[in-house]
Amino acid sequence: MPTPRVKMPATAAKGEIFEVKTTIDHDMESGQRKDKDGKPIPRKIINKFTVTYNGKQVFWSEWASAVSANPYCSFFLTATESGTVEMQWHDDDGQVYATSQKITVA
Amino acid sequence: MRKTLMAATLAAVAAGLAVQAQADPPFDPKDPKMAPFIAGAKRSGYTFAEPETRAMQDDDFTNPGFLWVEDGKKMWSKAEGKAGKACQDCHGDAEKSMKGVGTVYPRFDPHAGMLLTLEQKINQCRTERMGAAEFKFDSKPYNAIATYVKHQSFGMPIAVQTDGPVAPYFDMGRRLYYERRGMSDIACKHCHEDLAGMHMRTELLSQGMPNGFPQYRLKWQTLGSAQKRIRGCFDEVRAEPYPVDSLENTVLELYATWRANGLRVESPAVRK
Amino acid sequence: MSQLNRRTVLAGIGAGAAAMAVAPQLALADKAAADDMISKLINGAKPQDGKVRIKLPQIAENGNTVPFTVTVDSPMTEASYVKAIHVVADGNPAPGVASFYFTPTGKAEVSMRMRLGKTQDVRAVALMSDGSAWQVSQEIKVTIGGCGG
Repeated sequence: MPTPRVKMPATAAKGEIFEVKTTIDHDMESGQRKDKDGKPIPRKIINKFTVTYNGKQVFWSEWASAVSANPYCSFFLTATESGTVEMQWHDDDGQVYATSQKITVA
Repeated sequence: MRKTLMAATLAAVAAGLAVQAQADPPFDPKDPKMAPFIAGAKRSGYTFAEPETRAMQDDDFTNPGFLWVEDGKKMWSKAEGKAGKACQDCHGDAEKSMKGVGTVYPRFDPHAGMLLTLEQKINQCRTERMGAAEFKFDSKPYNAIATYVKHQSFGMPIAVQTDGPVAPYFDMGRRLYYERRGMSDIACKHCHEDLAGMHMRTELLSQGMPNGFPQYRLKWQTLGSAQKRIRGCFDEVRAEPYPVDSLENTVLELYATWRANGLRVESPAVRK
Repeated sequence: MSQLNRRTVLAGIGAGAAAMAVAPQLALADKAAADDMISKLINGAKPQDGKVRIKLPQIAENGNTVPFTVTVDSPMTEASYVKAIHVVADGNPAPGVASFYFTPTGKAEVSMRMRLGKTQDVRAVALMSDGSAWQVSQEIKVTIGGCGG
């Protein structure tokens, strides 16, 4: 089971722009490689990454097989209110890996 | 075609022909940021890396190797095996008990009566103390626990011993390091001593210092051990690699690690 | 974790040329196909040069893991923000790398790491909330061969 890592501030001033750094361990199997017997290895990648802030979708991304293994993605949000930032990684096989972090906005 | 050219280039080196010497653009010896990665004439692979690769290593978050460190940290306190013990039950807080441990492997283990790599020592602990199965070479947990343990020595100088019971292993390692091999008919020392800092085709040759293992390689898109990297080198000179954990591969790891004595542990390093 | 070896990937691409009829997704993308894809993503807008910056290494030590950062000049307010950034690598087996979708928050900047099969131009195209599109293109050299390649 892939384990996400997220780094973002625990507190921020209202209106402050903060960076969210994310990464997750995943092979991002491209579907273009062959195994030792010459058979194609089926594609298995994370194809979508979504971010909500207190339930509202604020950023999302669609990924192709050109995204490197153990995908890293960082982006910026504005601190509007205290609450939760939740991230979800959607795997080709239907699994969803999720994690969230609290932020206190003063 | 590419393989043929590569072999031809390596053959030219083997024949003692001139190899185009080129300055190494990313490295400025006067840059204070490079100081932690140099010890006398010894240079970590970090100093041979492109700025973007160094930046990836510098930040504990952007460094993908920390996915393994985090995993290893969780494993440290998780009981496994018939004895119902976790690493923590015998060794306590890894940040204290494992500090420095990563600087001395491979080392002679009196209990086993032989030279062991850090990974082999961890597997010995698992089978003999925990009653658990060995971790499979290059598996996720195998690399994660080793990286976590090695990372506790981050910044400390490598200090492997070569005397006493280690001496015969060391002598064998040195002999293999200087032995020509493979279709290219070259030895470790040709690239990593004689030609370090020069380009072989597009390849900027480093001194082959293993102070960052287990390390994340951009080429692998994953993290791996020194044992795995040495086997990769053998492939690259078109030689038959020694088996994983064989005496030959382990004494080569010992000799290569001894060459890095004095350089600081960077595990998990990021390399091309 | 399996090892993703670029040599294997490249071998796959080479084999793909022969097997194109069977597996068209293995054909190398060309600029026209990439243009077509981008056009659909930005609702047929004509991208103009400017406003978008991409930070790439001059030389990728290995094409398997190439870091990049895309930044777009935008106030990121309700009145004016970046709706999407599309990153495209024409020289890859499939041109698409990633699409990033924004709302009026933070700033229009993203970082990630991508796979590049060879030396090529990487394009980033931004679609703004007013429907205009902006782009930047930059060449990157990808090391092939050698121990790291």
